[in-house]
Amino acid sequence: MFFDLISEARTGLLTRPGRTALTVLGTVLGVAALVATLGIAKSAGNQIVGRFDELAATSVVVTSTLGNDQVLTLLPWDSEQRITRLNGVAAAGTITPVATGGALTAAVPIHDPRGQAEFQLPVFAVSPGLFAAARTQLLTGRTFDAGHSQRQDNVAVLGPGAARRLNVTYIDRLPVIFVGDQAFVVIGILEQVGRTPDLADAVVIPEGTAQHIYQLEAPTTVQIDVEIGAATLIAEQAPIALAPNTPQDLRVLKPAEPTQLRADVADDVNVLFLILGGVALLVGAIGIANVTLVSVLERTGEIGLRRALGATKYAITAQFLLESATMGFMGGIIGTSIGIAVVAVVATTRTWTPVIDPWIPLAAPIVGTLTGLVAGAYPAIRAAGLEPVAALHNA
Amino acid sequence: MAREPIALLTDLERHFAAGDVIVRALQSVCLTVEHGDYVTVMGPSGSGKSTLLNILGLLDRPTAGTFHLDGIDVGTLTDRDRCHLRARRIGFVFQSFHLLAHISAFQNVKLGTIYTTTPRAKRRTLAYEALERVGLAHRADFLPPTMSGGERQRVAVARAIVANPSLLLCDEPTGNLDTETGSTVLDVFAELRQSSDLTLIVVTHDPDVGDRADRTVHIRDGFMVTT
Ligand SMILES: Nc1ncnc2c1ncn2[C@@H]1O[C@H](COP(=O)(O)OP(=O)(O)OP(=O)(O)O)[C@@H](O)[C@H]1O
Ligand SMILES: [Mg+2]
Repeated sequence: MFFDLISEARTGLLTRPGRTALTVLGTVLGVAALVATLGIAKSAGNQIVGRFDELAATSVVVTSTLGNDQVLTLLPWDSEQRITRLNGVAAAGTITPVATGGALTAAVPIHDPRGQAEFQLPVFAVSPGLFAAARTQLLTGRTFDAGHSQRQDNVAVLGPGAARRLNVTYIDRLPVIFVGDQAFVVIGILEQVGRTPDLADAVVIPEGTAQHIYQLEAPTTVQIDVEIGAATLIAEQAPIALAPNTPQDLRVLKPAEPTQLRADVADDVNVLFLILGGVALLVGAIGIANVTLVSVLERTGEIGLRRALGATKYAITAQFLLESATMGFMGGIIGTSIGIAVVAVVATTRTWTPVIDPWIPLAAPIVGTLTGLVAGAYPAIRAAGLEPVAALHNA
Repeated sequence: MAREPIALLTDLERHFAAGDVIVRALQSVCLTVEHGDYVTVMGPSGSGKSTLLNILGLLDRPTAGTFHLDGIDVGTLTDRDRCHLRARRIGFVFQSFHLLAHISAFQNVKLGTIYTTTPRAKRRTLAYEALERVGLAHRADFLPPTMSGGERQRVAVARAIVANPSLLLCDEPTGNLDTETGSTVLDVFAELRQSSDLTLIVVTHDPDVGDRADRTVHIRDGFMVTT
């Protein structure tokens, strides 16, 4: 009985391979669209989070400036050394705005009446480690080292915006800029300012120099680049290392919990793509239903004949459901493979890491099978319910 | 003990609603067929012969009246029981053959056994024997659309007899055959009747078929005409 059912279903599928292939194609398209959409969504979401992670999840900032420029505790001059000693810190450096009393900055000491050659540019004093801690990138030249600061050299690094406005592009001839009447030799120009967007239009000078020329009182902010996973720990330890007696007077900015963040972003992207995938599946399912419906209706005569030869309604329904479920399953498997291939290709061309939830390759064939079953159920049950002679007349 | 008649029709009616008009295809039909009988049904086109045969073959239900098969009122049976009777007791040769176009003649014949209790191993042999009986062993692997009308008709006959039914219903089984092949088929029927207790009801226009039968019933406009 059971073997008959299987062999009849197999015959039904194999005797008309063209029709079977067409029916399967409907499922293939639907499932492939679903899998591809979900996979691309996941990969894209992962990518977004990954980029975000890199900059944010490894950055801790400690500042002594509370709201309204209120300062309760001064940061020590050796902040960089104190923080770098902590385990889990990749780099650290201080950054402090310098009050120049409204001095204008110019590339040449001559006043040019025709065009503007003087600008009010912010000046920042930084310790040597800041450039690494902020993940800045140099366009040309070099950054400071500890010697510049100790010798209180009049050297400067320009942010990309400042360099453009001052029209400084080459540093091989040691260009000099003037902040008020102080001359600085430009030794480097930044291309990327990384975590310190303030530096984009700024003139950056060594801490020791700022102490000497502008009587800088103390650093105000420490930028720390931590190793992945160490952010929470460093955020706790840094204030104690910097101000052992009054750590509560410092403000710490640390990244949001990365796992939470990852989940949030991924959820947002997933919801969007799940809707798209659902639409794709729905369209696919309607396609499958349509083809299955037509192919079962087309076989009403065959159903009538089988009934006349003694097949029960149950046997007919079971055979046709088995056929459409098998087609749905095959379509699901092929569709899943194609979908995964599409995700892999898209991810590769975009240099993403392809990510697919492990349940998708398992669930997709089931979805295909269920769609086949649902689509086949209505016409099969209807045709099986006809009196044999009525079904035969439909042939 | 007298056996119940294999088929007993009492006041049978079959009406069709065709749009607004009601077609009375069968009207107050009473018929008794005993085991082993050979009955032919004759009548003009549209008189209700096929309709009668469909009801006898449990392919259709009467509008009114009863049909007792072997003493059982088949109107009260479940669909499952009617299916079992169709599969094991009744063979049917359709006026328009109803062969599946995409499987071979052999597989078409074998289809007559798959809803029976015949063991799977025996079905191939039975199907082959049935084809041989109607003289089509050499066409076993042909697809129906590539066969002549007469060959298809004989495949349909082979499928009807393959499961060894006790009631064989044929709707013009020789309609497409020349006299010679026609009589081959009739010889097959005669053989089957000898070797088993087969009851035959054959719709025909062919007087030759009528001559071989025990008796003939006539139908006109849905009424049985006694002769
Ligand atoms: N499903 C149906 N719906 C409506 N009318 C039907 C239906 N089936 C049969 N009829 C009508 O019932 C009458 C008898 O039909 P039937 O097929 O029994 O004739 P028949 O005697 O077999 O004719 P033929 O010798 O041409 O095969 C015809 O008038 C036919 O139109
Ligand atoms: Mg007829």
